[in-house]
Parts: sequence; C-alpha cells; structure tokens
Amino acid sequence: MKNRTVLLLLALAAIAPAFLPAQEPDGEAILRRVDENMGSDNKITTSTMTIHGRRGSRSVRSKSWIRGRTQSFTEYLDPPREKGTKMLKLEGQLWTYAPSSDRTILISGHMLRQPVMGSDLSYEDMMEDPRLAVLYTATVAGREDYEGRPCWVLDLASRGEEIAYFRRKIWVDRERSVVLREERFAKSGKLLKTTEVESVERQGGRFVPTRIVFKDALKEGGGTEFVLESIEFDAAIPDHVFTKASLR
Amino acid sequence: MIRFLLKGLLRDRSRSLLPFATVALGSMLTVVGFSWLNGAISTIVEASANFSAGHVKIMSRAYANEADQAPNDLALDGVASLLAELRRDHPALVWTPRIKFGGLIDIPDDKGETRAQGPAAGLAIDLRSAASPERRLLNLDKAVVRGRLPEHPGEILVSDAFAARLGIGPGSTATFIGATMYGGMAVRNFTVSGTLRFGIAAMDRGAVLADIADVREALDMEDAAGEVLGFYRDALYRKKEAAALAAAFNGDRRGDGDAGEFAPVMVTLHEQAGLGQTLDFASAVYTLMLVLFILVMSIVLWNAGLMGSLRRYGEFGIRLALGEDHGRLYRSLIAEGAIVGLLGSAVGTALGLAVSYYLQAKGLDIGSMLKNASMMITDVLRARVTTTSYIIGFVPGLAATFLGKAVSGIGVYKRQTSQLAKEFEA
Repeated sequence: MKNRTVLLLLALAAIAPAFLPAQEPDGEAILRRVDENMGSDNKITTSTMTIHGRRGSRSVRSKSWIRGRTQSFTEYLDPPREKGTKMLKLEGQLWTYAPSSDRTILISGHMLRQPVMGSDLSYEDMMEDPRLAVLYTATVAGREDYEGRPCWVLDLASRGEEIAYFRRKIWVDRERSVVLREERFAKSGKLLKTTEVESVERQGGRFVPTRIVFKDALKEGGGTEFVLESIEFDAAIPDHVFTKASLR
Repeated sequence: MIRFLLKGLLRDRSRSLLPFATVALGSMLTVVGFSWLNGAISTIVEASANFSAGHVKIMSRAYANEADQAPNDLALDGVASLLAELRRDHPALVWTPRIKFGGLIDIPDDKGETRAQGPAAGLAIDLRSAASPERRLLNLDKAVVRGRLPEHPGEILVSDAFAARLGIGPGSTATFIGATMYGGMAVRNFTVSGTLRFGIAAMDRGAVLADIADVREALDMEDAAGEVLGFYRDALYRKKEAAALAAAFNGDRRGDGDAGEFAPVMVTLHEQAGLGQTLDFASAVYTLMLVLFILVMSIVLWNAGLMGSLRRYGEFGIRLALGEDHGRLYRSLIAEGAIVGLLGSAVGTALGLAVSYYLQAKGLDIGSMLKNASMMITDVLRARVTTTSYIIGFVPGLAATFLGKAVSGIGVYKRQTSQLAKEFEA
C-alpha cells in the first residue's frame, strides 16, 4: 500500500507541469539577452535607407563607425546631393558637417525631432542609447507568433522622463533574441512609430536584423526601409574617427 | 417756433440736460467702438493677407490640408507656368510665389563651429525682382532696423530681436539647416544684409526673410513654391469676387487619385486661419452694437420723456386749456426731442471722432499681451475712422431721441380738455 502511494505521488509529480501554467521568464532577462545579441564595442556598418515619401522614393547610402553606445560617426555616400555629409554622435551631442557650406553644426533643440534625411527616423532616435535594458523596465505581456516565429511580447516602460518614447511594446524572437516588431508610444498613449524586421541573418555569431521597415505613425508615406549591407563586429576603429576634426 | 423751443430747452435745463448727455455719450461710445473695432479688424485682416493668406492663395491639395505646418514636401510644382497662366487670365490681381520654411539658424565661431543657434521661421519671397509687390506688401523699407534689404544672391534679413539673441548684425554669416523638398538635409550659408522689425509678435520672434531663388536652391525646390498668393491691385479684399474666382479655378482642376493630391487648389482669405470667423464676428458685433445702442437709448429717452411729462403735467394742461391742440403740443414735444437729439448726436459724434482720430494716430500698444501669439496681429492696434464713423453714432442718436419722445409724448393725447378745469381746481 505504501509503495503504491509513493508510485502515485511520483506519477503525479511527473505529469504536473503539463497542467500548470508555463513559467514566464523575467522580462528584464529577455531584454538583457536582446542587448547582448546586438552588443559589441566596435562596429562598422554599411547600409541603405530607402525612404518612401508621398512624392516618390529615394535611397540614401551611408557608412557608420560605432564605438560603444555614445560614439558613432556616419558618412553619407549617396545620392550626390548628400554625398560627403557627415554626422558625429559624441557624448550626448550630435554634430553634422555639410560640404556645401563647409560648416560643422550642432544639431540641438527641436531639430533633434526632425527626420534624418527625410526618413521615418529622427535625430533623437539616432542619439538614443541602443541598450534597451538601460532605458526601460520590461514585463512579459504574453507569447505570440510573429511572421511564423514564436515571440515573447514585452511591455517596456521608460526609466526616466528624458527618454524619447514613454512606452514600447516589442515582439522578441524567443530563439534568436532579436526584436522582430516594435511599437513606440507617447506618454498620452498615442502610437508614434512602428518597426518591423523583415529579415534576420546570422553574422559574427549574432543574429542581426538586415532589413527593417520604420514607419512614423504621425506622417503619411510608405515608411523607411533600412537595409544593412554589411556589418563588422569588434572592428578596429582609430580614436581620431570620433573627433570633430574628422568631420571636415 | 424753433427759437422758442431752443429758449425753453436752454432755460429749463432739467428738460434737456439728461437726454442731451445720454445721446451725446451714446453717440460718442458708438463712434469710438465702431472705429476701434473697424481699425482692429482691418489691421488683423490686412496683416494676415499681406504676411500669410493673400486675398486668395493657391497651394497643392495635400499642402492645403496641412497648411499650418507648411509642408514643403507637398509644395506646388510647375510654378512658372502656373504664374504665367494666372497673370494672363486674372490680371486684376497681382500674383506672387512664396515658400514658408522652418529650421535652425546657426552662427559659426572662428573655427566654423556652432557659436549660437535658434529655431527660425523663414519666409522666402521675390525680393530682388523690380516688378515684385513684396516690398510694398510687407512694408519692408520701413521694417528695416539695421542694414539694408538684400540686393545680392545669398543675402537674408533676420528679425531684429532674433539677431540680438544670436548676437549677429549686418554682414554676419548665418547658416540655415533644414530639410529639402525631398526630405534631404538642406544646409546653406547666408549673409545677413539687415535686420527688421514688423511689429508683429508672430513674425518678430524668429523670422528670416530670404529671396525665393536662394531658398529654392537650398531646399531643392526648382520651379516649386509652397504657396502662390494673389492680391487685388487696389488692396481691397472682395469676398464675393474672391469666392467666385476660387470656385472657377478649382472647378477647372478637379483631380483625383495621387495626381490630384498635388493639383493646385485656390482658397480665399475668408477661408483661411479662422479669418472668416473673425470677419463674421466683427459684422455681428457692429450690428449688435447698433441695435443695442438704439434700444437702450430709446428706453432711456422714453423714460426721461415720461418723467419730463410728469414734471410738465401742469404746463401741458395750461397749454391745452389755452387752446393749443393735442397735435401741435405733441409735435412741439417731438421737435424738442429732435433738437436735443440733433445737438446731442452732433456733440457725441464730434467727441467720438476726436477720440477715434487720437486712437488712429497714437494707437494702443498691446505687444505685451501678444508675446506668444501666432496670429498675424500688429503690436500696436489703431482705430480707423471711415465715412461710416461720421454717421454710425449720429443717425441712431437722432432716431433714439425721436423714438423716445414719440412714445413718451403719446400721453398728451390722454389729457381730456373737459377734465382740465377739475384738474386745476384740485
């Protein structure tokens, strides 16, 4: 009798997990995995941004050198009107150089909210710390499939008033820790921007989104398609790249 | 007879002083009120027309839907041919293209790096063509505070307050940074040729005025313009004519689909920025003012007449007993009223005109109340005296006195001659 009771308890213990709700992982832990996947001290990228405006589409090609989260240098390669324009993000400031005027200009104030090259991304978006875990607290809102991939749905709440988006909702690929879809909201709850990742590739041991569509919900147009042509992780970048002298 | 009545009025002041003062005060307030409102509304309409709305304005349909944001990515294309067509088909108006643009004005230091900067609200106009009406419309020659108007390519005017904030003056270099018509980055160096003050808070905060050719080059807007403005050559806005012109223009250009989005559409001054409501409001206020004036004055004067009749009860009785008939007595009362009304209205109108002319010459500075205003309204509001100002108080003043006397004097007919002896005995 005693043996039969023990056996019954063991059997119950074995099948119990099937009847209990699945244990949700910690939202903060998921967010840290997302940051770790994309995190790298030094990166060099080449990308093309195609902006689908109301008058038609135009493409802007650029090369960026990125160090950590506070330093980046971007040079626009194409079209001819933008060629030679450079941008330097340096310790919380954004400088731009335009060869047509031979001027190094600090982009500040309301200008930071303006679109970069007419795209659906603002200068403020460029200036943001790429590490989501630093900017937001996360809670798991559920599980959903997005484009056939199982995802965690996270609700992100900003850690401070100065952060551009008060709240975000992200769909994180459960296997690859890549954000596949994102909705960014204002404090009022108004949807400001959406991001959809259309392609992810494995590069340098990481899963990298290589085709992303950004859409500013407040303006008409077909959004901005961002295509990552190449990315080099842990690249050697000389210090002088991240100085104002390199703009000219 | 008139001399007799005048003597009575002058010698018995209790009979004439109150009605006279009431009519004079009422007429004066009406004249001042009308002239002030007329001046204020005219100033707002004129400033709005000249600086922003035109008597009619042509934009692309898409631009018109978001006109308050001046979205140059939705600007009109093919402006040269559109202007040629407008000048040929509608010569009663003078047509001029404009571009409103926003961005940063950045001032370099010795190394060419940012020393100072501020957000600018730019207006690109035809500054250098001899035939351009813009200098006159914006009163630019008088608006220049320091320096001169642009004469060469690459020269701009900056509002004096903005220039002081940035620490620049004539001869300084200022870099504009904004967005091109296609969304690209627009960066262009300009030389400040002068500073200006329009006396319009919305313009003087951060205004930059540039020649349209320079701005077209900077914003990649060749043969494009945000707006084409039309002004009647005599500077008088004609609501019905403008509405008919806009209806005919728009009827010829009904586009659909995406092409229609960029098709030109004409709107009138009345249809823009709540100006229609302002004009309708002014018209309603004029009417209300006149009705109230006549009504209130009539009631006051009727009341004064009734009181006068009570006080002069004995006098009327004696006059009737002496053989004066009711009609003659009633007519003499009305004649008295007419004399009081005539004199009161004349004095009131004269006083009102004097105050109005003073307010027209000196104006009233309301600049401190307009620091954050976005409306095109000048800091100094002035009254405007027109022909109507001369009659707007006079005629109702006269009419009110006449009405008051006519109503209060009816009591004369209730006195029975047969009862007069009994009344006197009592």
